[in-house]
Order: sequence, then structure tokens, then C-alpha cells
Amino acid sequence: MSVFWLCIIVLAIAVVGFVFGRQRALASAGGNSGYLHSLPNYYGWNVFMKVIVPAFGLMAIWLIAQPLVIQNSISGMIPESEIKEGSNIGLVMADVRRTAEGLDNAVAAGAIDEEMVQNARADITDITARLKDAGQVVTSTITRPILRAAQAYRSMTSSANLIMTILVLAVALIAALVASLQSNKAYRARNVVEQGILALLIAAASVAILTTIGIVLSLIFNTVEFFKLYPAIDFFALLEWAPSFSGRGGSSALGILPLLWGTIYISIVALLVAVPIGLFAAIYLSEYATPRVRGIAKPMLEILAGIPTIVYGLFALLTIGPMLVSVFGQDGLGWMGGGRSVMTAGIAMGIMLIPFVSSLSDDIINAVPQSMRDGSYGLGATQSETIRQVVLPAALPGIVGAILLAASRAIGETMIVVMGAGAAARLSLNPFDAMTTVTAKIVSQLTGDSDFASPEALVAFALGITLFVLTLGLNVFALYIVRKYREQYE
Amino acid sequence: MTDASLPKGGAKPHLSSLTEPDARTKSRNAAEKRFRAYGVIAIGTGILCLLVLLFAIISNGIGAFQQTFIEVPVYLDPAKLDKKGERNIEDIKKVSTFGYNPLIQKAVLEQVEKAGIDTPLTKPKDMKAMISASAAGQIRSMVIENPDLIGETVDVRFLASSRVDGYLKDRVKREHLARDKNIDAEHLDVVDGLLEAGVVKKTFNPAFIFGADASESRAEQAGLGVSMIGSFFMMLVVLFLALPIGVAASIYLEEFAPKNRFTDLIEVNISNLAAVPSIVFGILGLAVFIQFIHLPQSAPLVGGLVLTLMTLPTIIISTRASLKSVPPSIRDAALGVGASKMQSVFHHVLPLAAPGILTGTIIGLAQALGETAPLLLIGMVGYIASNAPDGIASGLLDPNSAMPAQIYEWAKRADPAYYERAWGGIIILLVFLVTMNTVAVILRRRFERRW
Repeated sequence: MSVFWLCIIVLAIAVVGFVFGRQRALASAGGNSGYLHSLPNYYGWNVFMKVIVPAFGLMAIWLIAQPLVIQNSISGMIPESEIKEGSNIGLVMADVRRTAEGLDNAVAAGAIDEEMVQNARADITDITARLKDAGQVVTSTITRPILRAAQAYRSMTSSANLIMTILVLAVALIAALVASLQSNKAYRARNVVEQGILALLIAAASVAILTTIGIVLSLIFNTVEFFKLYPAIDFFALLEWAPSFSGRGGSSALGILPLLWGTIYISIVALLVAVPIGLFAAIYLSEYATPRVRGIAKPMLEILAGIPTIVYGLFALLTIGPMLVSVFGQDGLGWMGGGRSVMTAGIAMGIMLIPFVSSLSDDIINAVPQSMRDGSYGLGATQSETIRQVVLPAALPGIVGAILLAASRAIGETMIVVMGAGAAARLSLNPFDAMTTVTAKIVSQLTGDSDFASPEALVAFALGITLFVLTLGLNVFALYIVRKYREQYE
Repeated sequence: MTDASLPKGGAKPHLSSLTEPDARTKSRNAAEKRFRAYGVIAIGTGILCLLVLLFAIISNGIGAFQQTFIEVPVYLDPAKLDKKGERNIEDIKKVSTFGYNPLIQKAVLEQVEKAGIDTPLTKPKDMKAMISASAAGQIRSMVIENPDLIGETVDVRFLASSRVDGYLKDRVKREHLARDKNIDAEHLDVVDGLLEAGVVKKTFNPAFIFGADASESRAEQAGLGVSMIGSFFMMLVVLFLALPIGVAASIYLEEFAPKNRFTDLIEVNISNLAAVPSIVFGILGLAVFIQFIHLPQSAPLVGGLVLTLMTLPTIIISTRASLKSVPPSIRDAALGVGASKMQSVFHHVLPLAAPGILTGTIIGLAQALGETAPLLLIGMVGYIASNAPDGIASGLLDPNSAMPAQIYEWAKRADPAYYERAWGGIIILLVFLVTMNTVAVILRRRFERRW
């Protein structure tokens, strides 16, 4: 029985339990719901909940544990000789799984009968041929141990599925029975149901924690794996980034420094574009602009923030790049080789960050109390003098925080640098050179066909953890500054 | 009256006129004007950037919605298509697209001769460069659907090759032809002639919006339709997961959570997740959903899950804001007439906060729709999304692309004809985003209540 139908049956039991529990409660009150502790539906939901939770809980645990247990017992069956050089037990197990699946599908399609599949002495070439006929993707060679492991895998899986079905149904039925027996007029059904809902709410809130844990664990595990294959000192100190494309480790040079340099250089260019424009725009909007101008200009700038980054990437690649080449390229000043460069990506990213800087600074400038401005005007300062000498110093910590947040955005930005910055890692000071960044390399190392066990692919996780720590650190620091500043005036 | 005497002799009184400012006041006023001008320049630059961006998108992308078609009567030669003459569908299917190419080329050549174009291209083979590689497949499936057409002359409208299309759109220029191996100046002369004769036409191309992606050499055929379906299924997953989880989490944090370490931990996590670069969520998706749980690669389900985790903070933050804006008197009134805390929240607070929640959700969805970076890592690029899924399960689990991933894929391809399609794809994407944001704004305007 498939998991889907099992779920449907459990749900059906729960629905029957709902009706039954509700009626029992009503009956105990002689049909008058006024005598009940809770509204009648709560008695129904009480039963419903008590059926669903243990049954699905058991099913989930079983479904997670089953492959692990079976895998463990099967992998013992595979002799050492079966694991070829350059392969590992995981790959062989994948073969076994694929073979078992192929057999299942072939049986379902009627190409092979069950008896033949069960037969341990079955002719391998025959089975392979039949599998191919049935349109099943088979590994290059099914060997005797793999076939036997696959047969064991199938039988264990099917018996495990059977046991699971029986257990889950038994749990659901018993729970339905026990819960409906509880239903009588004195039972505090509402409190129980509300406890259940509260647990659900807490679980939903914990998803955020789980996500963080997931991110951290997946990064750490793979990074540890990477450092087993590649020395950490080289990763952090080597001035060269040259992954080998053969897929075999050893000859690659995977130093993060050129990537970090590219990331920081592009971010600096982006901030040089975004901070002056964004800051002056914010000052003008909050201090000078009439409500009408503000009502038009602010939303227009904020449109820039709503545009997806892929658009900026394309803009960099196809508009800014060629434009820069026509001025700084071979026909012009000769500083630029191709359309992709630090400047190309930096300018596009700067445009993207303008609304980010301006709206954050706008909020912060508006938070400076009016009394400070009035005091300055009273001493005879002009408006710009007030802004420069009173408002900006007061808002400075907040503005620094905003810039740091923008910097963290710039460092983590991917699409613009993937499309606009180039692919060559290089340590250079020329802003018209193509350089690459941490994020761009994460993409390029993980989107090939390379296998995930090679250092060339695993390095992406080490890059990822660096990026994560960097952006998180910047953010925490920026928020700390902003929060500290806010307390001054509230 | 005062005894103080006026300064005598040397020290001159500081004379200043209200009507005529002195040098210092002048310079201060000039500084004021300059400062104001900086602000205007900054805003002007920002808006200029926006306009340039929009102009670049529209001017480069609008061409993608038009495509060059060739409309010719094609004689479906029985001698070529059905040698046995039995009209047996199996026999007809055996003729591959290669069998159809000569017929089409001949048909085009006939038109060239009919239009009286003086050209050195006199063999049917010479026409190949002007015809899309998809034309043969198009006619073949037409014939297989209706075998009775064999032996007749049918008016067919098929795509011109991307170079011809580029020529009509000024992308392929005569001066650059020397470097182009795919088409010669003679071909372009023929195209000019056929254009006058009305055989070659540039018209609106719905296949760009609704069609499937094509291989790298057939830029003229590629469309965004299938990846649009991929995006749709991803948004479905995001909506069905992020909305309930986000609302439940917000209700807990806003209404029930006690002030303790655990609550603080959740709050810190949410605000940090909002700032984590999107590519990191892609790594998470790759490591957890694909490597660990073994979900299929390139599946919209995985994309949807990753985007769910990414949009969750956005939805939680906006939901909490709208829950907070419901005044406490509503809760107190509900509690006062005997509702439990849970009932007061679900029966009274939540419905009042619903418009705000909806607005936040739509904005979150719009954000997720345009997100590309995490999709690259879970394999939604490099894959030619050519088949539309049939049914919900296949829509969720079969490999597909998504709109922004498809745009990225096009931008990566070498043929400049794909650049135009990438810009065109962006127009479609932006139309979706603008629509969603407009709906959100309208919802907010209409239903937002000020207490």
C-alpha cells in the first residue's frame, strides 16, 4: 500500500473519530450542548487531533529511519571486492537502490514476474535484458552481489512497508477509540485542543531555528569534508584560485583570497556609487522636498529595490559593459579588455543599492528630533549648516549602520557578479579588469557535473560558510549600531 | 540710557545692510544652494538610473515579442513522404524531419523565382540558411496528424531563421556579415525581395510567451511558457507552505510567546535569516533537500521549498506588523465576553489583520518570483525546459526551469538572438511583478483600517 493511501485512510479514521467524538459528548449531555464544558466541535477536534498526531508521527519517524536501517544491513552484504577503485560504498548502494527500483517498475510493467525477481540464481544477463526492455535505466553492469543486495533490499523494504502500514493503522484505531471514550460532558476538550494548536504554533515558529540549524550544519559538515581533502591553510592563505577541471583533486589551487579581494573591490565600487547618491537623496527627501516631490520621488527610487537582481545582471552584462568598453576599451583608453569587469558589476550593484541606502538613511534622519534642528536655526544657522553640523552628526551611527547593511547586501549579491564581473580570479588593482567573487564561484563550482565528493565541488561549501559568517557578522554589527543609536532619542 | 560710551577712534562699527548681504552671507547662501543642488542631482541620478534601466529593458526586449515568419505554399510530395503510397501512419512516421527539409526549401525557392528576385542562389539547398530548423518538425507533425494532406499543396507559416529575424530587427548588420558563417549578403538580398513580395513577414509571436525553450541553435523558437509553469508551481509551494507557517509563527510570537530565551532565540533567527544572502539558501537546498532527502534535482518542488524558507522572514515580519496594528481593545472585548485567548486571536484578531497579511504575502511572493541565485544551485539552469508538465505531480517533481532561471540561461547562450529573448523575458517577469505589487497596493488601500 502506498504512503498516499495510508495517509488517506488515517485521515478517514480521524474524520470518523471527529463525528463519533462529537456525538458521544452531545449524547452524554442529553443532546443539550449547554451542559458541555466546551463547544461540541472541540470534542470532535480532540479526537481528530489525537488520531492524526501519533499516527503521522509514527509514520514520519518510520519513513526516516527505514532507509537508514535497511541501508546498514544491506551494505554488510556487499563484499569489498565489489567496490571498485575510485568508487565508494555510497555509489554501490546507489546502484543497488536503482536496480531494486528498476526491478519494481519492471514487475509493475509486467516485463518480469515476481518469482524470477526473487530467484537468487536468476540469470543476470537475462534480467538485465528484460529490465532494458521494460525501459528501466539500469547501471552498466549488474553483478551477482548487487543483484542479491537488490533482492534483499526489495524484500526488506516491502516487509518493512507492511509492518509500518499495520502499526500505523493500529495506532490510529486505538487512538480513535481511546479519544472517543474520553468524550463526555465534563471533559475539558477545548483546553486540550488549544494546547495542541499552541504546540503547532510553536512548531511553526521553530522553523526559523530549524532553517538556521540546517544552513549551519550543511555548511559545516561539507566544509569539514573539504578540509579533509584540502589543507585549510592553503584555502585561507593561497593567493591563487585555479581549480583543475579533471575532477581529480590534488592539482587544484583553491585559495580564497583572490575571490575575497574581488568581492570587496566590487562592493567598494558599489558603495561608492550608492552611498553618495542614496545619502544625498535621503537628505533632500527628508529635509527639503515638499510632500508632493517626496510622494513622487520616493516611490520611484523604491521601484529600483523591487527589481529582481537578474535584471541588474542583464543590465550590467548587456548595457553597462558595452557602454564602458566603448569608453575605456581598446578603441578608447585601452584599459578594459572585455565587457565584464569590476566596474560593470559594481555600477549595476550600486544602482541596486541606492534605494536601500536612501530609505534606511531617510528613516534615520527623520528620527532626529525636530528640537535639535530648531535649536540650530535659532542660533542663525542655515538649513544646510544645520544638516551638516547637527542632523548628520546625530544620525551618523545610524547611517554607518545603513551603509554596513548595504555592504552586507553587496557581498552576498550573486546574479549581478555572476553575469557582470567575469570568471577569472585575479588579484589586480585595475577596476576595469574582470575579477570574480565568492558568490560567483559558489555558483560555478556547484553547477557543473562534477561529483560532490571532489574538493572542487566541496570548496563551495567552505566559500559559503565564509560568506555566511561575513554577512552575518556585518549585519549583527550594523543592527547593534542602529539599535544603540535609536535608544538615544526614544 | 547707558553710560557706556561708543568705541572711539580706530575700531569701526560693524556695518551691515539687510538689503545687501556681505561676502560671508553670500558664501553661506551659495553653500546652501550648492547643498540643495547636490540633493536634487542625487535624486535626479537615481531616477535617471531607473529610466535608463526601464528604457534598456523595453527597447531591447520589445523585439522578442515579434518574430519573422515565412509563409509559403508547400507541396507535400507523396514520392518523398510516403513512398509506398499506402498512407500507413507508421510509414509516414518513419520519414524524419530530414525528409521534409528539401520540400520546404523547394517551396521557398519557388517563391523567390516567382517574385523575380535576381540572385545567385538558385538551388533549394541555398534556402536553408533562411529557414528555421524547426520548420521541418512543424510540418512533419502537421502531416502525421492529418496524413490526407500528402500530395496536396498546403499554405504553411513557419519561422525564419534567427539571422533573418535579426536582419529585420537590425541586429544582424550587413557590414558584419564577413564574420558570420550562417548567412551571406545574397541571402539578405533574397530576404529583402521576399519581404516586398509579402512572403516574409514580421508579426506578433505568441509562442514567445507561451512556448517552450529550444536548443541553443534555434533561438527563433524559444519561449518562456514552460518555465512560466515551473515558476507557477514554485509559487504554489511557497504560498501553501510559507503563508500558513508564517502566519502561525507570527501569531505565536505576537500573541502567545512569553518573554524568555527561546522566544529571543526565534526572534534573532528570523531577523538573521532575513539578511542571509539568497545563495546560501541555495546551498541549504542542495545539501538538505537534494543530497540528504534525495528529492529530484531541478524540480519546482525543491525550488519552492528553498524559496519558502527564503520568504518566510518577509511574511513573518509583515504579518507581525499587521497583528500588532489590531488594537488591544478588540482582544479585551473578546476575552471579556468569555472567549479563550485562542478564540479571541483566531475569531477576532486574525480576520482583522487579514488584509495586511495578504499584502505582505503577495509582496513576499513577488520577491520569490524574481529570485534566481538559489535556483542555480538546485539545478534549474542548463536544462532545456521543452515539455510542459502534465498534471500536478509531474509539475512539482519533473525537472523544469523557472522564469528568472530561464532568462539567465538565455543570457548565457552565445547567440546574440538570445539576448533579445532574455530582455523580452524580463518584460514578462516585470509585468508579473508589477501586477502583484499593484494588487498588494490596492488591497492595502481598500481594506487597511486605521484604528
